[in-house]
Amino acid sequence: MIKNAADLISGVCLAAFGAYVLSAASRLSYFSEVGPGPGFFPFWIGIGLVFLSFWLMLPSCLPRRMAAKKTERAGWKPTGKALTAWLAIIAAVALLERIGFGLSFAFLTIFLLRGLEQRPTLIAFTVAVGLAAAFYAIFTLALGVRLPAGLWGF
Amino acid sequence: MEALGNLLLGFSVALSPVNLLWCLVGVFLGTVVGVLPGLGPAATIAMLLPLTLKMDHTTAIIALAGIFYGARYGGSTTSILLNIPGESSSVVTCLDGYQLARQGRAGAALGIAAVASFVAGTIGVLGLMLVAPPLARFALRFAPPEYFALMTLGLAMVVFLAGPSMIKALLALLIGLWLSTIGIDLFTAESRFTFGQAKLLGGVDFIAATVGIFAIGELLVNLESRAGAELFKVAKGFRNLLPTLQDLKDCRFAFLNGSLVGFLVGALPGAGATVASFLAYGLEKAFSRHPEKFGTGVIEGVAAPEGANNADAGGALVPLLTLGIPGGNTTAILLGGLILWGYRPGPLLIQEHPQLFWGLVASMYVGNFLLLVLNLPLVPLFAQILRLPYYILYPLILGISIVGVYSVNNSSFDVWVMALFGLLGYLMRKLEFPAAALILGMVLGDALERALRQSLMMSQGDIMILATRPISGTLLLLAAVILLMPAARKVRSWRLDAIERAG
Repeated sequence: MIKNAADLISGVCLAAFGAYVLSAASRLSYFSEVGPGPGFFPFWIGIGLVFLSFWLMLPSCLPRRMAAKKTERAGWKPTGKALTAWLAIIAAVALLERIGFGLSFAFLTIFLLRGLEQRPTLIAFTVAVGLAAAFYAIFTLALGVRLPAGLWGF
Repeated sequence: MEALGNLLLGFSVALSPVNLLWCLVGVFLGTVVGVLPGLGPAATIAMLLPLTLKMDHTTAIIALAGIFYGARYGGSTTSILLNIPGESSSVVTCLDGYQLARQGRAGAALGIAAVASFVAGTIGVLGLMLVAPPLARFALRFAPPEYFALMTLGLAMVVFLAGPSMIKALLALLIGLWLSTIGIDLFTAESRFTFGQAKLLGGVDFIAATVGIFAIGELLVNLESRAGAELFKVAKGFRNLLPTLQDLKDCRFAFLNGSLVGFLVGALPGAGATVASFLAYGLEKAFSRHPEKFGTGVIEGVAAPEGANNADAGGALVPLLTLGIPGGNTTAILLGGLILWGYRPGPLLIQEHPQLFWGLVASMYVGNFLLLVLNLPLVPLFAQILRLPYYILYPLILGISIVGVYSVNNSSFDVWVMALFGLLGYLMRKLEFPAAALILGMVLGDALERALRQSLMMSQGDIMILATRPISGTLLLLAAVILLMPAARKVRSWRLDAIERAG
């Protein structure tokens, strides 16, 4: 994906977001007898977002000669790995209240090390169990921090 | 005399066994963080902030500030031994530091970096001690219009130097400002942008957001590329790390240059340690008797930037502690911490909480000394940290982030917020939107809106109140000039050049 296309897409998303801020702010009071209302500040934020988003998109919409010269590749190839890791984090967060911090964190670590980093299974298990046990010992036992616990109490 | 009395009070706080211990923990952690490329002080402080909520606040700020300036010491280790800067402020140290290592003088380079950091760091704290109290007294004259103008100027400077695209910096800033409006409006008690979630009535949790953007976002970016490099050996033995008398003589002006440039640049919001280190290096080269040798391994080429990026820490705390205006990522998180602990950073902070301010100042003198003592003999040990496999480090970062964020309110919702902001932080890095602008918008948004609305209440809706009062008018004019400057071609090319160098 070229940089300008990335700017175009982010510009479109931010313009839509700005329009939402603007419309939500316009439902709040803009000005009252005592002064600016709760909609005053977000209203101008929305205006700024929409205006600047169009400014961001502008070079991408201009003919190639007029557009910025810089069209180097933005390096999106390895994004899949990062996004997979993020989805794994999301899954671990979803499991946090159900199976507890210890297990969800251990599963997350095993997935990241074995699945993503392709480390040997033994290393993945050792790191996962070791870190989960260390967190339990330091935070729950030593510092008394209450962490989400599953059926097994950790 | 008054300053001396206050400093003695500060030392009585800083030298208490608990504070001394946490100062040591902070500077040690800071050095480790500085050594590790990809884990910065902002992410570390964000991760550890939740754990400080139950601590004594003075102890907590001493420990967190220790991480802040300790990271500057550690940053030079990877620059010299690996040609990979641990921190962006140590980029320029690579130029001569790595060359010295290749010539077999890694020990001397690391030693001079520690000495320069100590000298300049101490001078930076001296500057903070002398400049902050009078500045705070001056700022007591400020009313809401002046505060609004001052914050606008600070934000304009951050936007100006935040990244290659000012449009993106402004957009990030606006998103941050919008995030600060989520929750109950303080003037009318109406809820705004809560999406029907009762948990958002109190606003977006600052800790969850910063941990997400800095720790998780940085981690996801680092997952994409982990390159190895050759690590130069550091000669064993304390003596081998001591610079020679000739080295110290060659660096005497570099120490002074780094100290002054670092402190002055640090006090400007947005500029930061990276710009300070480049500027100090540039000045050192310009006034050197042998400028042609810079880049081939001259010892002053290490001392000047390393001094500057440490003196910057003292400078950066001036606007934070006197005006409540942070100049960058890390100071924005420190400001968030102060607010979370119940303080109102601004001109009254020094008067109302002398123990906190003077305790911090004194701890920074102590911390700089501890760093010198730690860094000289322990450099070979810190270098070993670089051998820690990343596949152990990142689950550790993830675990600390989850535990830290969850433990603040015992809320899984906050962990969800952290995860979502993690994706936002990652996308912002990929799309080159500066995260510093978003965090500053988020942390200053509330105060900025309050100052603006109070100003308009004072003038019964007349916006000209901001322009007609002398101080606020001047500050706003300066902010406008800064934002419009890139239109001038020469300034634009200088700005892009400075940002490109800053990496």
